[in-house]
Amino acid sequence: MSFQEKLEKNVWGFLIMIAIVVSIGGIVEIVPLFYLDNTIEKLTKDEDSIRPYTALELEGRDVYIREGCYLCHSQMIRPFRDEKERYGHYSLAAESKYDHPFQWGSKRTGPDLARVGGKYSDAWQIQHLRAPRSLVPESVMPDYAFFEDHQIDASLTGKKMKALRMVGVPYTDADIAGAADAVTGKTEMDAIVAYLQVLGTMVKFEEGKDYRE
Amino acid sequence: MAGHPTENPGYNLTIVKAFALCAVVYLVVGALVGDIIAWQLSFPTLNLNEYLTFGRLRPLHTNAVIFAFGGCTLMATAFYVVQRTCAVPLWSNRMAWFTFWGWNLIIVSAVISFPMGWTQGKEYAELEWPIDILIAVVWLSYMFNFIMTIVNRKTSHIYVANWFFLGMMVMITYLHVVNSLAIPVTMTKSYSLFSGVHDAMIQWWWGHNAVGFFLTAGFLGIMYYFIPKQADLPIFSYRLSVLHFWALMFGYVWLGAHHLQYTALPDWAGSLGAAVSLAMIVPSWGGAVNGLMTLSGAWHKLRDDYVLRFLVVSLAFYAMSTFEGPVMSLKTVNALSHYTDWTIGHVHSGALGWVVMVSVGAIYHLVTRLWGREIYSVSLVNTHFWIHTIGTVIYVCAMWVSGIMQGLMWRATDDYGNLAYTFAETVVAMHPYYVLRSVGGLLVLFGALIMLYNVIMTIRTADQPKPAAVRV
Repeated sequence: MSFQEKLEKNVWGFLIMIAIVVSIGGIVEIVPLFYLDNTIEKLTKDEDSIRPYTALELEGRDVYIREGCYLCHSQMIRPFRDEKERYGHYSLAAESKYDHPFQWGSKRTGPDLARVGGKYSDAWQIQHLRAPRSLVPESVMPDYAFFEDHQIDASLTGKKMKALRMVGVPYTDADIAGAADAVTGKTEMDAIVAYLQVLGTMVKFEEGKDYRE
Repeated sequence: MAGHPTENPGYNLTIVKAFALCAVVYLVVGALVGDIIAWQLSFPTLNLNEYLTFGRLRPLHTNAVIFAFGGCTLMATAFYVVQRTCAVPLWSNRMAWFTFWGWNLIIVSAVISFPMGWTQGKEYAELEWPIDILIAVVWLSYMFNFIMTIVNRKTSHIYVANWFFLGMMVMITYLHVVNSLAIPVTMTKSYSLFSGVHDAMIQWWWGHNAVGFFLTAGFLGIMYYFIPKQADLPIFSYRLSVLHFWALMFGYVWLGAHHLQYTALPDWAGSLGAAVSLAMIVPSWGGAVNGLMTLSGAWHKLRDDYVLRFLVVSLAFYAMSTFEGPVMSLKTVNALSHYTDWTIGHVHSGALGWVVMVSVGAIYHLVTRLWGREIYSVSLVNTHFWIHTIGTVIYVCAMWVSGIMQGLMWRATDDYGNLAYTFAETVVAMHPYYVLRSVGGLLVLFGALIMLYNVIMTIRTADQPKPAAVRV
């Protein structure tokens, strides 16, 4: 009796074989990412000012996630000439190391946002979120004027930071203690603009250096 | 009594009926939400208010079609197939009903969650942590009942369709549990345990295998039962089934990385994913050939067998999508296709062409068997077939054109090396194709509505002449 035939007569054996066979790919392809040193680029002190999001930026990021912005906007620039022209330097793994969950996205119905920080003024961002077609007539983005009517729930910000600290984001006790004050009286509009304005601004790239070797 | 092959040894067919009906209803719902968001991309003023924006409805669409429609179809067919091929009733009727109500509760909670904006922000795994826990429990109840029914079987071997169902159940358990790991903040907010590049790899390990296992392996289980059954012929090749099964189990799990080529994921992982993707053409086509060749010598049946027609066309789409996928994972092609509508087109040739077609065929087959009569209207089934096929082709072609055009426009440069188009110009160029896609989707929705009507009418007319005593 062949091995296959034995399996076909024994459901538990069959299940164990399946469980083993489907694990191999993940073990070879995913597990090493957690211990190989070069998974996340090493940056020099001059280059690296990657920090956890401030309380307001974090709240803005949560608005971004809630609205499903990642469904139309990527945050992952690929190392191609046209993407460099359009969006800037290609993205590094280090830049999203504090992103729980990652927001690289898979679709560009709208442009990539990985380095949108600082490209437009706060006033432009606010007007664009309120009524995208007032600034970009071709846009198909929904209006997000209601961000201005929603206050941030300051009682949650500290809790969020504590939860993120549990999964490895280095928030200090002072960050957490000051969280509520930092967002009190702020609207979701203030928060998401703060988040957008910091995107892609935390690394000072050295011209011509290959960050992906 | 149980030994007599023509008699029903107490199969639980009521649970199959319930899941099959839900599947038909959820197909309408999923297609409806899908078409709404397609129109929203064509005409953005259709984003009516904060609860009904594209960003909030899109997860509702994907979850409705994958988990509500796909899930109910898989539960209906798996519970039917396992009883028939093992010649025993379900191990536990109570547990089956727990699965039924639990799964529907999950679907209802999704319908509330997404418009409210409660999301984990990971594609196809958006549901928040309390619902994730419920999914795990209900899924395990489904799997356990299925396994225990196989344990009780009266046949000596486990039939091939059940291998595929088992493979799906095991892998989806792994995927769902690992990808959903998160630290809760409130009942409706949590943060993924993983971050950045690790989260990306785990998400796409989940994302591609939701396709590979939930939407492929599970539906291949349907194919391996319903095609031979409907054609009244044995499967073409047993050896090919064995190869198809183990190669699929081994290979599919590697593919997720091809969603992350040229990203900050280390190159070795993306390349590995692409290499295995290419190799996957072999088992996928082996499986498609196995299904199609089962009909060799019986092709004339396609002329008047409306169920077989759905099943055969589904395999043609399966073969096409499993060729297109590996091509899109090649680095040079991926550089163009990634981030564009081509991906959306590819997904829908698989979803509308393969998954929906094979499901619809199986459900029409089930409805006539379960309610013990002919379908209410064969001509309506034929209308459904054509309207669905045409809708799918329009959808997929529109996305091919818009996707490739988008990719080319993004990278186009003028004589001086400057970008030829602004991003906004590429958005305008997409508009006609977005409208066309919405029309294709509308046809699919009409088809689903016709099916719902036809199924309801079949059931209603079935109820009248039959006395209760005949019920099984």
